[in-house]
Amino acid sequence: MTWKQVFTSSVGKKLVMGLTGISLVLFLIVHAGINACIFADLVDPEENGAMFNKAAHFMGSTVLIRIMEIGLFAGIILHIYQGYLLTLENKQKRAIGYAVTYKDGSKWYSRSMGLLGTLILLFLILHLYHFWVSARFTHQGLDPVTYNGIEMHNMFALMKVTFSEWWIIAVYSAGCISLAYHLAHGFQSAFRTLGVYNNRYTLMLTSIGYAYSIIIALVFILMPISFKMGWIG
Amino acid sequence: MEHYHMNLNLKVWRQKNTNTKGDFKTYQVKNISSEMSFLEMFDVLNEQLITEGEEPVAFDHDCREGICGMCSMYINGKPHGPWQANTTCQLHMRAFKDGDTIVVEPWRANAFPVIKDLTVDRSSFDRIIQAGGYISVNTGNAVDGNALPINKDNADNSFAAAMCIGCGACVAACKNSSAMLFLSAKVSHLALLPQGEPERKSRVMNMVAQMDKEGFGACTNTGACEATCPKEISLTNIARLNSEYLGASLSADK
Repeated sequence: MTWKQVFTSSVGKKLVMGLTGISLVLFLIVHAGINACIFADLVDPEENGAMFNKAAHFMGSTVLIRIMEIGLFAGIILHIYQGYLLTLENKQKRAIGYAVTYKDGSKWYSRSMGLLGTLILLFLILHLYHFWVSARFTHQGLDPVTYNGIEMHNMFALMKVTFSEWWIIAVYSAGCISLAYHLAHGFQSAFRTLGVYNNRYTLMLTSIGYAYSIIIALVFILMPISFKMGWIG
Repeated sequence: MEHYHMNLNLKVWRQKNTNTKGDFKTYQVKNISSEMSFLEMFDVLNEQLITEGEEPVAFDHDCREGICGMCSMYINGKPHGPWQANTTCQLHMRAFKDGDTIVVEPWRANAFPVIKDLTVDRSSFDRIIQAGGYISVNTGNAVDGNALPINKDNADNSFAAAMCIGCGACVAACKNSSAMLFLSAKVSHLALLPQGEPERKSRVMNMVAQMDKEGFGACTNTGACEATCPKEISLTNIARLNSEYLGASLSADK
Protein backbone atom coordinates (compact mmCIF):
# COMPACT_ATOMS: atom_id res chain seq x y z
CA MET A 1 0.00 0.00 0.00
CA THR A 2 1.52 3.33 -1.07
CA TRP A 3 1.64 6.41 1.16
CA LYS A 4 -0.85 8.07 -1.17
CA GLN A 5 -3.28 5.18 -0.71
CA VAL A 6 -2.77 5.35 3.06
CA PHE A 7 -3.41 9.08 3.38
CA THR A 8 -6.32 9.17 0.95
CA SER A 9 -8.20 6.33 2.67
CA SER A 10 -10.99 7.28 5.09
CA VAL A 11 -8.73 6.41 8.05
CA GLY A 12 -5.73 8.21 6.49
CA LYS A 13 -7.68 11.43 5.90
CA LYS A 14 -8.62 11.40 9.56
CA LEU A 15 -4.97 10.82 10.47
CA VAL A 16 -4.11 14.03 8.62
CA MET A 17 -6.86 15.85 10.56
CA GLY A 18 -5.57 14.42 13.85
CA LEU A 19 -1.90 15.19 13.24
CA THR A 20 -2.52 18.75 12.04
CA GLY A 21 -5.05 19.21 14.85
CA ILE A 22 -2.52 18.18 17.52
CA SER A 23 0.12 20.50 16.02
CA LEU A 24 -2.42 23.34 16.24
CA VAL A 25 -3.18 22.38 19.84
CA LEU A 26 0.55 22.73 20.60
CA PHE A 27 0.70 26.05 18.76
CA LEU A 28 -2.21 27.39 20.84
CA ILE A 29 -0.25 26.67 24.04
CA VAL A 30 2.66 28.77 22.74
CA HIS A 31 0.30 31.48 21.47
CA ALA A 32 -1.64 31.70 24.74
CA GLY A 33 1.59 31.62 26.76
CA ILE A 34 3.22 34.48 24.87
CA ASN A 35 0.06 36.58 24.83
CA ALA A 36 -0.45 35.97 28.53
CA CYS A 37 2.69 38.12 29.05
CA ILE A 38 0.30 41.10 28.80
CA PHE A 39 -0.89 40.13 32.28
CA ALA A 40 2.54 41.14 33.66
CA ASP A 41 0.86 44.54 33.85
CA LEU A 42 -1.30 43.24 36.68
CA VAL A 43 1.80 42.75 38.81
CA ASP A 44 3.68 45.85 37.71
CA PRO A 45 1.58 48.70 36.19
CA GLU A 46 4.79 50.40 35.05
CA GLU A 47 5.46 47.40 32.82
CA ASN A 48 3.19 48.75 30.07
CA GLY A 49 3.42 45.64 27.93
CA ALA A 50 7.24 45.46 27.85
CA MET A 51 7.40 41.73 28.53
CA PHE A 52 4.80 41.00 25.86
CA ASN A 53 6.41 43.30 23.28
CA LYS A 54 9.79 41.64 23.83
CA ALA A 55 8.25 38.17 23.50
CA ALA A 56 6.39 39.18 20.33
CA HIS A 57 9.60 40.66 18.93
CA PHE A 58 11.47 37.44 19.65
CA MET A 59 8.78 35.45 17.80
CA GLY A 60 9.08 37.67 14.75
CA SER A 61 12.82 38.08 14.59
CA THR A 62 14.16 34.52 14.69
CA VAL A 63 14.70 32.59 11.46
CA LEU A 64 13.81 29.27 13.06
CA ILE A 65 10.47 30.60 14.25
CA ARG A 66 9.79 32.09 10.81
CA ILE A 67 10.34 28.63 9.31
CA MET A 68 8.03 27.15 11.96
CA GLU A 69 5.49 29.79 10.98
CA ILE A 70 5.45 28.44 7.42
CA GLY A 71 4.85 24.96 8.87
CA LEU A 72 2.06 26.35 11.02
CA PHE A 73 0.31 27.91 8.04
CA ALA A 74 0.77 24.72 6.02
CA GLY A 75 -0.83 22.81 8.92
CA ILE A 76 -3.74 25.23 9.20
CA ILE A 77 -4.41 25.16 5.45
CA LEU A 78 -4.20 21.35 5.34
CA HIS A 79 -6.52 21.08 8.37
CA ILE A 80 -9.06 23.43 6.74
CA TYR A 81 -8.86 21.80 3.31
CA GLN A 82 -9.09 18.25 4.63
CA GLY A 83 -11.82 19.25 7.08
CA TYR A 84 -14.04 20.65 4.37
CA LEU A 85 -13.27 17.74 2.06
CA LEU A 86 -14.24 15.21 4.76
CA THR A 87 -17.37 17.13 5.74
CA LEU A 88 -18.58 17.33 2.13
CA GLU A 89 -17.67 13.72 1.33
CA ASN A 90 -19.34 12.43 4.49
CA LYS A 91 -22.50 14.39 3.75
CA GLN A 92 -22.69 12.84 0.31
CA LYS A 93 -22.69 9.31 1.76
CA ARG A 94 -26.38 9.64 2.64
CA ALA A 95 -28.24 10.90 -0.42
CA ILE A 96 -31.66 10.64 1.25
CA GLY A 97 -31.74 11.93 4.80
CA TYR A 98 -33.91 10.87 7.72
CA ALA A 99 -37.27 12.43 8.57
CA VAL A 100 -36.32 12.22 12.25
CA THR A 101 -32.62 12.81 12.99
CA TYR A 102 -30.76 10.84 15.66
CA LYS A 103 -29.29 13.29 18.14
CA ASP A 104 -29.27 11.57 21.53
CA GLY A 105 -26.20 9.44 20.97
CA SER A 106 -23.70 12.24 20.38
CA LYS A 107 -22.88 15.76 21.53
CA TRP A 108 -24.01 18.64 19.32
CA TYR A 109 -20.46 19.96 19.05
CA SER A 110 -19.15 16.57 17.94
CA ARG A 111 -21.65 16.67 15.09
CA SER A 112 -20.90 20.32 14.25
CA MET A 113 -17.13 20.34 13.74
CA GLY A 114 -17.51 21.72 10.21
CA LEU A 115 -19.72 24.58 11.39
CA LEU A 116 -17.51 25.35 14.39
CA GLY A 117 -14.42 25.20 12.16
CA THR A 118 -16.05 27.68 9.76
CA LEU A 119 -16.80 30.09 12.61
CA ILE A 120 -13.18 29.79 13.79
CA LEU A 121 -11.97 30.41 10.21
CA LEU A 122 -14.07 33.60 9.93
CA PHE A 123 -12.69 34.75 13.28
CA LEU A 124 -9.16 33.81 12.20
CA ILE A 125 -9.38 35.98 9.07
CA LEU A 126 -10.33 39.00 11.20
CA HIS A 127 -7.70 38.13 13.81
CA LEU A 128 -4.89 37.78 11.24
CA TYR A 129 -5.96 41.07 9.65
CA HIS A 130 -5.81 42.81 13.03
CA PHE A 131 -2.43 41.58 14.20
CA TRP A 132 -0.46 39.32 11.87
CA VAL A 133 -0.89 41.37 8.66
CA SER A 134 -0.15 44.53 10.61
CA ALA A 135 2.96 43.15 12.35
CA ARG A 136 4.46 41.41 9.30
CA PHE A 137 3.47 43.62 6.36
CA THR A 138 1.52 46.85 6.68
CA HIS A 139 2.69 48.02 10.13
CA GLN A 140 -0.62 49.85 10.24
CA GLY A 141 -1.36 51.30 13.66
CA LEU A 142 2.00 50.07 14.98
CA ASP A 143 4.20 52.51 16.86
CA PRO A 144 7.87 51.72 17.54
CA VAL A 145 9.00 51.20 21.10
CA THR A 146 12.60 50.87 22.27
CA TYR A 147 13.85 48.53 24.99
CA ASN A 148 17.59 48.44 25.82
CA GLY A 149 18.33 50.22 22.58
CA ILE A 150 16.44 47.74 20.41
CA GLU A 151 13.49 49.10 18.46
CA MET A 152 10.46 46.86 18.19
CA HIS A 153 6.72 47.03 17.38
CA ASN A 154 4.46 48.12 20.19
CA MET A 155 2.04 45.19 19.81
CA PHE A 156 0.72 45.87 23.29
CA ALA A 157 -0.51 49.30 22.18
CA LEU A 158 -2.05 47.79 19.04
CA MET A 159 -3.96 45.29 21.21
CA LYS A 160 -5.17 48.13 23.42
CA VAL A 161 -6.50 50.10 20.44
CA THR A 162 -8.02 47.04 18.75
CA PHE A 163 -9.80 45.93 21.90
CA SER A 164 -11.35 49.29 22.60
CA GLU A 165 -14.50 48.41 20.68
CA TRP A 166 -17.16 46.15 22.12
CA TRP A 167 -18.10 44.54 18.79
CA ILE A 168 -14.53 43.32 18.32
CA ILE A 169 -14.53 41.90 21.86
CA ALA A 170 -17.84 40.16 21.10
CA VAL A 171 -16.49 38.64 17.86
CA TYR A 172 -13.28 37.50 19.60
CA SER A 173 -15.25 35.96 22.46
CA ALA A 174 -17.57 34.15 20.00
CA GLY A 175 -14.49 32.92 18.11
CA CYS A 176 -12.91 31.61 21.31
CA ILE A 177 -16.13 29.88 22.42
CA SER A 178 -16.34 28.19 19.00
CA LEU A 179 -12.71 27.18 19.49
CA ALA A 180 -13.48 25.73 22.93
CA TYR A 181 -16.26 23.50 21.57
CA HIS A 182 -14.16 22.56 18.54
CA LEU A 183 -11.34 21.50 20.87
CA ALA A 184 -13.66 19.73 23.31
CA HIS A 185 -14.33 17.17 20.58
CA GLY A 186 -11.19 17.60 18.49
CA PHE A 187 -8.65 17.05 21.25
CA GLN A 188 -9.78 13.58 22.31
CA SER A 189 -10.87 12.61 18.80
CA ALA A 190 -7.39 13.38 17.42
CA PHE A 191 -5.79 10.96 19.86
CA ARG A 192 -8.38 8.26 19.13
CA THR A 193 -7.66 8.73 15.43
CA LEU A 194 -3.96 8.30 16.12
CA GLY A 195 -4.81 4.97 17.66
CA VAL A 196 -4.77 5.64 21.40
CA TYR A 197 -7.24 3.02 22.59
CA ASN A 198 -6.10 2.07 26.10
CA ASN A 199 -8.72 3.15 28.63
CA ARG A 200 -5.93 4.41 30.89
CA TYR A 201 -5.05 7.09 28.32
CA THR A 202 -8.41 7.75 26.66
CA LEU A 203 -10.04 8.73 29.96
CA MET A 204 -7.06 10.92 30.84
CA LEU A 205 -6.95 12.53 27.39
CA THR A 206 -10.69 13.25 27.43
CA SER A 207 -10.36 15.04 30.79
CA ILE A 208 -7.24 16.92 29.68
CA GLY A 209 -9.06 17.82 26.46
CA TYR A 210 -12.00 19.38 28.30
CA ALA A 211 -9.71 21.24 30.70
CA TYR A 212 -7.49 22.43 27.85
CA SER A 213 -10.49 23.67 25.79
CA ILE A 214 -11.89 25.68 28.68
CA ILE A 215 -8.56 27.11 29.86
CA ILE A 216 -7.36 28.11 26.38
CA ALA A 217 -10.68 29.81 25.54
CA LEU A 218 -10.82 31.60 28.91
CA VAL A 219 -7.24 32.87 28.71
CA PHE A 220 -7.87 34.28 25.22
CA ILE A 221 -11.26 35.81 26.08
CA LEU A 222 -9.77 37.47 29.16
CA MET A 223 -7.29 39.43 27.01
CA PRO A 224 -9.67 41.77 25.13
CA ILE A 225 -11.89 42.05 28.22
CA SER A 226 -8.91 43.01 30.40
CA PHE A 227 -7.97 45.82 28.02
CA LYS A 228 -11.54 47.09 27.71
CA MET A 229 -12.14 47.00 31.44
CA GLY A 230 -8.89 48.84 32.06
CA TRP A 231 -7.37 46.05 34.18
CA ILE A 232 -4.27 46.30 32.01
CA GLY A 233 -2.88 48.85 29.58
CA MET B 1 -45.88 -5.01 34.57
CA GLU B 2 -49.24 -3.62 33.58
CA HIS B 3 -50.71 -5.10 30.39
CA TYR B 4 -52.56 -2.65 28.19
CA HIS B 5 -53.79 -2.16 24.64
CA MET B 6 -53.18 0.79 22.37
CA ASN B 7 -54.12 2.38 19.09
CA LEU B 8 -51.23 3.77 17.10
CA ASN B 9 -50.50 5.90 14.06
CA LEU B 10 -47.66 4.55 11.98
CA LYS B 11 -45.77 6.67 9.50
CA VAL B 12 -43.96 4.08 7.41
CA TRP B 13 -41.52 4.56 4.53
CA ARG B 14 -42.86 2.84 1.42
CA GLN B 15 -40.64 2.33 -1.59
CA LYS B 16 -41.40 -0.08 -4.40
CA ASN B 17 -37.79 -0.88 -5.29
CA THR B 18 -34.26 0.54 -5.39
CA ASN B 19 -34.89 2.65 -8.46
CA THR B 20 -38.19 4.25 -7.51
CA LYS B 21 -38.73 7.19 -5.21
CA GLY B 22 -40.28 6.37 -1.87
CA ASP B 23 -42.47 8.34 0.51
CA PHE B 24 -44.16 8.03 3.89
CA LYS B 25 -47.60 6.46 4.26
CA THR B 26 -49.68 6.71 7.40
CA TYR B 27 -51.51 3.70 8.81
CA GLN B 28 -53.60 3.14 11.92
CA VAL B 29 -53.31 -0.05 13.92
CA LYS B 30 -55.78 -0.79 16.69
CA ASN B 31 -55.85 -2.85 19.85
CA ILE B 32 -52.11 -3.54 19.94
CA SER B 33 -51.02 -5.42 23.05
CA SER B 34 -48.20 -3.98 25.15
CA GLU B 35 -46.80 -7.54 25.29
CA MET B 36 -46.25 -7.68 21.54
CA SER B 37 -42.87 -7.19 19.97
CA PHE B 38 -42.47 -4.36 17.47
CA LEU B 39 -42.22 -6.84 14.62
CA GLU B 40 -45.39 -8.60 15.78
CA MET B 41 -47.10 -5.24 15.63
CA PHE B 42 -45.85 -4.98 12.02
CA ASP B 43 -47.23 -8.49 11.38
CA VAL B 44 -50.62 -7.18 12.55
CA LEU B 45 -50.27 -4.18 10.22
CA ASN B 46 -49.38 -6.45 7.30
CA GLU B 47 -52.37 -8.78 7.97
CA GLN B 48 -54.51 -5.66 7.93
CA LEU B 49 -52.96 -4.43 4.66
CA ILE B 50 -53.40 -7.84 3.01
CA THR B 51 -57.09 -7.88 4.06
CA GLU B 52 -57.51 -4.40 2.60
CA GLY B 53 -55.88 -5.56 -0.65
CA GLU B 54 -52.78 -3.45 -0.17
CA GLU B 55 -49.16 -4.52 -0.52
CA PRO B 56 -47.73 -5.53 2.89
CA VAL B 57 -44.71 -3.64 4.23
CA ALA B 58 -41.42 -5.40 3.47
CA PHE B 59 -39.06 -5.57 6.45
CA ASP B 60 -36.07 -7.73 7.36
CA HIS B 61 -36.28 -10.24 10.20
CA ASP B 62 -35.03 -13.71 10.98
CA CYS B 63 -34.39 -15.08 14.46
CA ARG B 64 -36.56 -12.56 16.35
CA GLU B 65 -34.36 -13.33 19.35
CA GLY B 66 -31.98 -10.39 19.09
CA ILE B 67 -29.02 -12.42 17.89
CA CYS B 68 -29.01 -12.57 14.10
CA GLY B 69 -28.77 -8.91 13.14
CA MET B 70 -31.38 -9.04 10.39
CA CYS B 71 -33.97 -6.60 11.75
CA SER B 72 -33.16 -3.06 10.86
CA MET B 73 -35.83 -0.43 11.39
CA TYR B 74 -35.04 3.20 12.24
CA ILE B 75 -37.79 3.99 14.73
CA ASN B 76 -38.63 7.54 15.84
CA GLY B 77 -35.17 8.76 14.96
CA LYS B 78 -33.11 5.91 16.43
CA PRO B 79 -31.90 2.64 14.93
CA HIS B 80 -33.71 -0.28 16.60
CA GLY B 81 -35.99 2.11 18.48
CA PRO B 82 -35.91 3.85 21.85
CA TRP B 83 -34.45 1.13 24.10
CA GLN B 84 -30.74 0.81 24.80
CA ALA B 85 -28.72 -2.24 23.75
CA ASN B 86 -31.69 -3.68 21.96
CA THR B 87 -32.69 -4.94 18.52
CA THR B 88 -35.98 -4.06 16.80
CA CYS B 89 -37.27 -7.60 17.27
CA GLN B 90 -36.70 -7.33 21.01
CA LEU B 91 -38.33 -3.92 21.22
CA HIS B 92 -41.72 -4.43 22.82
CA MET B 93 -44.82 -2.32 22.48
CA ARG B 94 -44.74 -1.35 26.17
CA ALA B 95 -42.18 1.20 24.99
CA PHE B 96 -45.13 3.11 23.49
CA LYS B 97 -48.44 4.42 24.73
CA ASP B 98 -51.94 4.74 23.33
CA GLY B 99 -52.26 7.39 20.62
CA ASP B 100 -48.52 7.55 19.79
CA THR B 101 -47.32 8.28 16.29
CA ILE B 102 -44.33 6.14 15.33
CA VAL B 103 -42.13 7.08 12.38
CA VAL B 104 -40.42 4.07 10.82
CA GLU B 105 -37.68 4.51 8.22
CA PRO B 106 -35.16 2.17 6.60
CA TRP B 107 -31.41 2.41 7.36
CA ARG B 108 -30.30 5.32 5.23
CA ALA B 109 -26.86 5.22 3.61
CA ASN B 110 -25.76 5.10 -0.01
CA ALA B 111 -23.89 1.89 0.85
CA PHE B 112 -27.19 0.37 2.07
CA PRO B 113 -29.56 0.90 -0.89
CA VAL B 114 -33.24 0.27 -0.17
CA ILE B 115 -34.43 -2.97 -1.75
CA LYS B 116 -38.08 -2.40 -0.83
CA ASP B 117 -39.85 -0.42 1.91
CA LEU B 118 -37.82 -0.99 5.10
CA THR B 119 -35.51 -3.64 3.64
CA VAL B 120 -31.99 -2.54 2.72
CA ASP B 121 -29.15 -4.30 0.95
CA ARG B 122 -26.37 -4.87 3.49
CA SER B 123 -24.23 -7.10 1.30
CA SER B 124 -21.54 -4.38 1.45
CA PHE B 125 -20.84 -5.71 4.97
CA ASP B 126 -20.36 -9.21 3.54
CA ARG B 127 -17.84 -7.89 1.03
CA ILE B 128 -15.93 -6.10 3.81
CA ILE B 129 -15.73 -9.40 5.71
CA GLN B 130 -14.62 -11.20 2.55
CA ALA B 131 -11.79 -8.66 2.15
CA GLY B 132 -10.09 -9.76 5.37
CA GLY B 133 -12.38 -11.02 8.12
CA TYR B 134 -10.93 -14.50 8.15
CA ILE B 135 -7.99 -16.49 9.52
CA SER B 136 -5.82 -19.23 8.07
CA VAL B 137 -6.47 -22.64 9.58
CA ASN B 138 -4.47 -25.80 8.95
CA THR B 139 -6.48 -28.74 7.71
CA GLY B 140 -6.40 -32.01 9.62
CA ASN B 141 -7.56 -32.76 13.09
CA ALA B 142 -9.06 -29.96 15.14
CA VAL B 143 -6.47 -28.29 17.39
CA ASP B 144 -6.98 -28.60 21.12
CA GLY B 145 -8.91 -25.58 22.35
CA ASN B 146 -6.38 -24.81 25.05
CA ALA B 147 -3.24 -25.34 22.95
CA LEU B 148 -2.70 -21.59 22.47
CA PRO B 149 -2.39 -19.53 25.64
CA ILE B 150 -4.44 -16.31 25.36
CA ASN B 151 -4.34 -13.42 27.78
CA LYS B 152 -7.68 -13.18 29.65
CA ASP B 153 -8.14 -9.46 28.89
CA ASN B 154 -7.50 -10.03 25.21
CA ALA B 155 -9.91 -12.96 25.16
CA ASP B 156 -12.59 -10.83 26.85
CA ASN B 157 -12.07 -7.83 24.57
CA SER B 158 -12.01 -10.04 21.52
CA PHE B 159 -15.24 -11.71 22.60
CA ALA B 160 -16.87 -8.34 23.26
CA ALA B 161 -15.93 -7.25 19.72
CA ALA B 162 -17.12 -10.56 18.29
CA MET B 163 -20.57 -9.78 19.72
CA CYS B 164 -21.17 -7.56 16.66
CA ILE B 165 -24.09 -9.01 14.72
CA GLY B 166 -23.48 -6.85 11.65
CA CYS B 167 -26.95 -5.31 11.70
CA GLY B 168 -25.74 -1.93 10.41
CA ALA B 169 -27.28 0.23 13.15
CA CYS B 170 -23.90 1.96 13.53
CA VAL B 171 -24.01 3.07 9.89
CA ALA B 172 -27.64 4.13 10.24
CA ALA B 173 -26.90 6.19 13.36
CA CYS B 174 -23.71 7.82 12.06
CA LYS B 175 -24.05 11.27 10.54
CA ASN B 176 -21.29 10.25 8.12
CA SER B 177 -22.79 6.83 7.29
CA SER B 178 -19.50 5.37 8.47
CA ALA B 179 -19.08 1.63 8.98
CA MET B 180 -16.14 2.04 11.33
CA LEU B 181 -17.74 0.52 14.42
CA PHE B 182 -18.65 -2.61 12.47
CA LEU B 183 -15.25 -2.78 10.79
CA SER B 184 -13.36 -2.09 14.01
CA ALA B 185 -15.28 -4.85 15.81
CA LYS B 186 -14.37 -7.33 13.09
CA VAL B 187 -10.71 -6.24 13.02
CA SER B 188 -10.38 -6.14 16.83
CA HIS B 189 -12.00 -9.53 17.22
CA LEU B 190 -9.22 -11.17 15.21
CA ALA B 191 -6.32 -8.78 15.94
CA LEU B 192 -6.57 -9.55 19.66
CA LEU B 193 -6.13 -13.28 19.19
CA PRO B 194 -3.03 -15.24 18.16
CA GLN B 195 -5.11 -16.95 15.48
CA GLY B 196 -5.54 -13.62 13.75
CA GLU B 197 -1.83 -12.81 13.70
CA PRO B 198 -0.78 -14.12 10.23
CA GLU B 199 -3.14 -11.78 8.33
CA ARG B 200 -3.09 -9.01 10.91
CA LYS B 201 -1.62 -6.27 8.68
CA SER B 202 -3.18 -7.19 5.36
CA ARG B 203 -6.56 -7.64 7.05
CA VAL B 204 -6.89 -4.09 8.30
CA MET B 205 -5.56 -2.54 5.09
CA ASN B 206 -7.81 -4.61 2.83
CA MET B 207 -10.93 -4.20 4.96
CA VAL B 208 -10.53 -0.40 5.17
CA ALA B 209 -9.97 -0.26 1.39
CA GLN B 210 -13.12 -2.33 0.83
CA MET B 211 -15.12 -0.15 3.24
CA ASP B 212 -14.10 2.95 1.28
CA LYS B 213 -14.93 1.24 -2.00
CA GLU B 214 -18.42 0.43 -0.75
CA GLY B 215 -19.12 4.14 -0.19
CA PHE B 216 -19.23 4.42 3.59
CA GLY B 217 -18.14 7.70 5.19
CA ALA B 218 -15.17 8.47 7.43
CA CYS B 219 -15.43 8.24 11.21
CA THR B 220 -15.45 11.47 13.20
CA ASN B 221 -15.70 9.82 16.64
CA THR B 222 -19.09 11.32 17.55
CA GLY B 223 -20.06 8.17 19.45
CA ALA B 224 -23.57 7.88 17.97
CA CYS B 225 -22.75 4.35 16.77
CA GLU B 226 -21.73 3.13 20.22
CA ALA B 227 -24.84 4.68 21.78
CA THR B 228 -27.20 2.84 19.46
CA CYS B 229 -25.39 -0.49 19.02
CA PRO B 230 -27.62 -3.36 20.16
CA LYS B 231 -24.53 -5.27 21.27
CA GLU B 232 -22.84 -2.30 22.94
CA ILE B 233 -19.70 -2.53 20.80
CA SER B 234 -17.27 -0.03 22.28
CA LEU B 235 -15.86 3.03 20.49
CA THR B 236 -12.50 1.84 21.81
CA ASN B 237 -12.47 -0.66 18.96
CA ILE B 238 -12.36 2.22 16.45
CA ALA B 239 -9.26 3.64 18.15
CA ARG B 240 -7.76 0.13 18.09
CA LEU B 241 -8.54 -0.14 14.37
CA ASN B 242 -6.80 3.22 13.81
CA SER B 243 -3.81 1.89 15.72
CA GLU B 244 -3.81 -1.32 13.65
CA TYR B 245 -4.07 0.71 10.43
CA LEU B 246 -1.29 3.09 11.38
CA GLY B 247 0.95 0.21 12.48
CA ALA B 248 0.30 -1.72 9.27
CA SER B 249 0.95 1.39 7.13
CA LEU B 250 4.19 2.29 8.87
CA SER B 251 5.60 -1.23 8.77
CA ALA B 252 4.45 -2.05 5.23
CA ASP B 253 7.18 -3.32 2.93
CA LYS B 254 6.48 -0.96 0.01
